[in-house]
Amino acid sequence: MIVKLFGVTREIVGGPLLEVNDIATVGELKDYVMSTYPGIKKLNSLMVAVNSEYAKDDLTLNENDEIALIPPVSGG
Amino acid sequence: MIKITDQPLNTQAIIDSMASPEGGAVNVFIGTVRNVTKGKQVIRLEFEAYEPMATKELTKIMEEAKRKWPILKVAVHHRVGVLDISEVPVVIAVSTPHRAAGFEACQYIIDTLKQTVPIWKKEIFEDGEVWVAAHP
Repeated sequence: MIVKLFGVTREIVGGPLLEVNDIATVGELKDYVMSTYPGIKKLNSLMVAVNSEYAKDDLTLNENDEIALIPPVSGG
Repeated sequence: MIKITDQPLNTQAIIDSMASPEGGAVNVFIGTVRNVTKGKQVIRLEFEAYEPMATKELTKIMEEAKRKWPILKVAVHHRVGVLDISEVPVVIAVSTPHRAAGFEACQYIIDTLKQTVPIWKKEIFEDGEVWVAAHP
């Protein structure tokens, strides 16, 4: 599945999209990106959005979901 | 009304859109790009948004504000892209029958926006750049 990246996570990974495989839940996705990209582990926080909503760690991911990493927000 | 755009915000048009016969107050928050952060000279800011989700989260904030206060009209416009010093990244306007509710609602909206809406800003300095709030 494809994960959308924004802000500091886009720069850490080096592009706006990340392809991941064999990830079942939001929690697994967080663990995967934090272990694969140490820069992401150093962030103040990391949220995951599924279909444009903040998602809890136990949420199961489906192939058709729109998934995004949400690093600490700083609008305004 | 919610707008996320890479074009300069038209503050006067937003204020004009607040006109309401029942209104007794229009409260407006205008965010501006400051030239210094923690003593360091800022050259410009760069904003980006996850637009569909940002719109969704802003809608939730507006709906909650309408539950809390008697709001007649409300608008949040946020700019993305490169902004120079003194430019305006955000304008929030609230029309209410009386002023107290307008002040409170406007503050609630900007404070909550900064906590939950997926918009990010990068500060560009002479000697580097930082994603705001990203690191401890």
